[in-house]
Amino acid sequence: MEFLAPTTLADALAAKAEHPDAMPILGGTDVMVELNFDRHRPPVLLDLTRVPELAEWSRDDRRVRLGAGVSYTRVIDELGHVLPGLAMASRTVGSPQIRNRGTVGGNLGAASPAGDSHPPLLAGGAEVELASLAGTRTVPIDEFYAGVKKHVGRPDELITAVYVDVPTGPQQFSKIGTRNAMVISVSAFSLALHPDRRRVGTGIGSAAPTPRRAADAETFIAGALDDDGLWESKGALPDALAREFGERVQTAASPIDDVRGTAAYRLHSLAVMARRTLAWAWSDYQGGTNA
Amino acid sequence: MTIPTEAPTEAPPESPAETPDSPPDNARGGVGESPQRPDATLKVTGEFAYGSDLWMDDMLWGVTLRSPHPYARIRNIDIGEALATAGVFAVLTHEDVPGNKTFGLEIADQPVLAIDTVRYQGEPVALVAADHPEIARQAAKKIKVDYDVLEPVTDARTALGHSTPDLHGELAEEVTELSREAAHLHPQGNLVRHLKVRVGDPTPSADVVVVGEYHVGMQDQAFLGPEAGLAVPDDVGGVDLYIATQWLHVDQRQICAALNLRPDQVRLSLAGVGGAFGGREDLSMHVHGCLLALHTRKPIKMVYNREESFFGHVHRHPATMRYEHGADRDGTLVYVKAEIYLDGGAYASSTPAVVGNAGTMGLGPYVVPHIHVDCYGVYTNNPPCGAMRGFGSVQAAFAYEAQMDKLAASLGMDPVELRIVNAMAEGSLAPTGQIIDSAAPVVELLERLRAMPLPPALDSSDLRHLPGGVSNTTHGEGVRRGVGYAVAYKNVAFSEGYDDYSTARVRLEVVGGAPQATVHTAAAEVGQGLVTVEQQICRTELGVDTVVVQPKDTQVGSGGSTSASRQTYVTGGAVQAACHKVRERLLALTQDYLHETLHDLRLEGGMVVSDTRGAVASIADVLGAKALEETLEWRHRKTEPIDPEKGQGFAHVQYAFAAHRAVVDVDVELGLVKVVELACTQDVGKAINPDAVVGQIQGGSTQGMGLALMEEIQISEGKIRNPSFTDYLIPTILDTPPMPIEVLEYADPHAPYGLRGVGEAPTISSGPAVMAAIRDACGLELTRVPVRPEHIIDSGDGRGSRGEPKRRQP
Repeated sequence: MEFLAPTTLADALAAKAEHPDAMPILGGTDVMVELNFDRHRPPVLLDLTRVPELAEWSRDDRRVRLGAGVSYTRVIDELGHVLPGLAMASRTVGSPQIRNRGTVGGNLGAASPAGDSHPPLLAGGAEVELASLAGTRTVPIDEFYAGVKKHVGRPDELITAVYVDVPTGPQQFSKIGTRNAMVISVSAFSLALHPDRRRVGTGIGSAAPTPRRAADAETFIAGALDDDGLWESKGALPDALAREFGERVQTAASPIDDVRGTAAYRLHSLAVMARRTLAWAWSDYQGGTNA
Repeated sequence: MTIPTEAPTEAPPESPAETPDSPPDNARGGVGESPQRPDATLKVTGEFAYGSDLWMDDMLWGVTLRSPHPYARIRNIDIGEALATAGVFAVLTHEDVPGNKTFGLEIADQPVLAIDTVRYQGEPVALVAADHPEIARQAAKKIKVDYDVLEPVTDARTALGHSTPDLHGELAEEVTELSREAAHLHPQGNLVRHLKVRVGDPTPSADVVVVGEYHVGMQDQAFLGPEAGLAVPDDVGGVDLYIATQWLHVDQRQICAALNLRPDQVRLSLAGVGGAFGGREDLSMHVHGCLLALHTRKPIKMVYNREESFFGHVHRHPATMRYEHGADRDGTLVYVKAEIYLDGGAYASSTPAVVGNAGTMGLGPYVVPHIHVDCYGVYTNNPPCGAMRGFGSVQAAFAYEAQMDKLAASLGMDPVELRIVNAMAEGSLAPTGQIIDSAAPVVELLERLRAMPLPPALDSSDLRHLPGGVSNTTHGEGVRRGVGYAVAYKNVAFSEGYDDYSTARVRLEVVGGAPQATVHTAAAEVGQGLVTVEQQICRTELGVDTVVVQPKDTQVGSGGSTSASRQTYVTGGAVQAACHKVRERLLALTQDYLHETLHDLRLEGGMVVSDTRGAVASIADVLGAKALEETLEWRHRKTEPIDPEKGQGFAHVQYAFAAHRAVVDVDVELGLVKVVELACTQDVGKAINPDAVVGQIQGGSTQGMGLALMEEIQISEGKIRNPSFTDYLIPTILDTPPMPIEVLEYADPHAPYGLRGVGEAPTISSGPAVMAAIRDACGLELTRVPVRPEHIIDSGDGRGSRGEPKRRQP
């Protein structure tokens, strides 16, 4: 196996162009596990940890550009107040050691339905930046996932960054695991209120072949909030609304039975998480505490 | 996070202040103190060499080709391509095993390498040695094994041809599995052992009767140091094996048989052991490494990775248990009927002894006048099961403690009160007909637990206190608190007539002007702290500060197994006895040295001390250039086999008692659990090392809790679905609650220092207490462990049903 360790983005892109079958590696928290289990034998490993451009983030009023190599620990420490949904999800990733190594960019590259960062990116709005020698393009997050552990990036492209919208309203993330730390999600749900657009964003994890939004639930709840004038009044969220929202989120999922949980439980838990996170976010929006 | 613990309590007033063997309590780092472990610094700084760190410059790497099928006939094995691979030095199959081709702890039924049949997924089929581990692994993939895949036998009940009774004991239609010729897994049939206990009236009746069926999943020992060893050939056909194990001499016996070598040709030394918990009592790579070393005439290192480790050792037996408890209106137990099936998997391992424990102690520490127990150990094509901390008692406790709660509910009694009414005490009759002839403080353990203050109410301001933790699944919604109690007991040391002994060699001499003791045993240190205990005993008995613990190897006689909570008792007893013989000789020398006869001498602080005259000589002066060395075998009192029809006999040496109170917060909408507190009371007879005792209780409690909540090797059609620490979950520190611990010290007059084995008892009662607390919180029956979120939310599959559990589908 060849091991390439470029030190500039230009070199990294050139390497990927020359070796389209190269497996990019950042923190290695997915890639090394796969190698260790002998599930993959990529002919080339492309180590991106020495590329400084990838380890940076920046922001303007509208969004944060998060370099693919920024660790979860840095997301929590440096962006916890800017991107609360993503930070909440980051806190549930593995152990402190894994959060020090693992990156959102790596999570996107693996494109596992169980990746913790996908639901908040889907709910909050994001675009993935893909770069190659031919140029740079961005793909809306909900068009990025292409199947189980597949994304739309071309073999000559690298994921260089993700643009995450700066929130205009409360965000929540909730994840089921069968222990209280260091666990891969059984199911996960993220929610973002976008009062500026009178929209509600959603993201579902571990309950379909890819991370996905619950579009029908989004439309339903945004409409219902509009109809009742709740965006303006900031009035109480009717329990029936939250329940129906939960049920509609559930119908957006298509989970399977596996070693971590049953499809039936995944559906059930999604409904509960959707209902609860909506209530917490709405409570935040109302200006109260989210207890 | 701090884990509040209470220092062991002072000996309760009722307990005798001193046993006949009580030592002078004066040596520094002696018995009853908690000196630092000799390997503590190395372990904390990461410099301790574990088995996987073994290295020789000219060594080769051995790997194992394992069966992908739970059950298949082997038509042919073609090693040609693998053997032709550059860098490969040897490829071996069963044909290369020179001696006995099968091995086993109790029954030699397991092939060293598969012969014509594989009976479980992961069974070793062939071995490769190469100059790089990756070359060895890739070469192993080139071995062509032609399998005729068979339908596996995966259910313990039907493997015996027993059909599944309903809750009223009615049998369903005939089970026809055994009509398949291939369903007979071994020549002697699929039954490993059937233990019967029959006491009193065979057809008893009672005012109140509760029935339940319970299921316990397959737990793994999940030790962190994987199986590892280094086999080094000598020039004359023998081999030295450095190995992480629990019992050097039983390994040696089995290796010699397989290699057709004498014990002096197969020398074992203990490599650094990273946890064991029963999983290293059977052979793993021992014979394989030696075979490769003898064939290649080069040192062979073998180390399993985490995935292979799940296939490389035995697990805890899954159990299916049907219990019927009958009691008077006042709660007094009248009878218990129990039917226990333990799935031993493909090979026997220690299944017969596990059946012995589950069968004879499967009713819990209660007085039961009329008893009818059938306990079966069964062959299937599931992964082999054998020893694991708690050893048969763990499974049964989930059932009998659930039954006690169920009975209390039927009677409208407090569950602790019901236990107290029926508790064993000193003088009670055990189900084997043995009189419990030392302290059995079941009532006190429960009363002390009940008297402990309860933790404060739920604080939902910090996510880490809530079910789900920082995964942010609740801010208090759906959370209900529950409290549950459980009490259990466990036999210490080997039972049923086993000649259970340990060997100790103790030497006393002057080194650098100061007296120094050297202790040599073959008893495996697996992390539990036996090396510290050996030092403490020598310090106390010989009055010296410096005690060297010799590496554990087969140059001294057997120390017996590091299992059954027995090493402090048995090897501790051997070290104490050897010290006594050395001390006798030293005191005789003292008489010569002083030219007078004194009868009140003891050893203390490097001096020979007279009760009446104070220090009369230094040990160094008395010894001079002499070295006193004694080697002896020490046995605990004899047990006897139980009779096969009624299960009666003096089967067990000693019992250890522990009780737990669990407090849990359960999110009943999501089925997630946070254990808030896990309090424990345990009688240890004498805390030889109080810190180590508390450590054992914390660790054992956590391991038992893990089985209740999450630890399960999931099996489907004989195949392991989760051979990784990604999906085989064990509790993290964030799952581990504060543990208030009270340690009682009621001396057992039969045991050295009055001690009781410590390691297993807390593993048995913690899980049932957690389950009782969850049931208390959510009001569901919960008949299966590990409990899963979908059971707690009552998904209607019968495992989480309210009231009577639904009938299992056969």
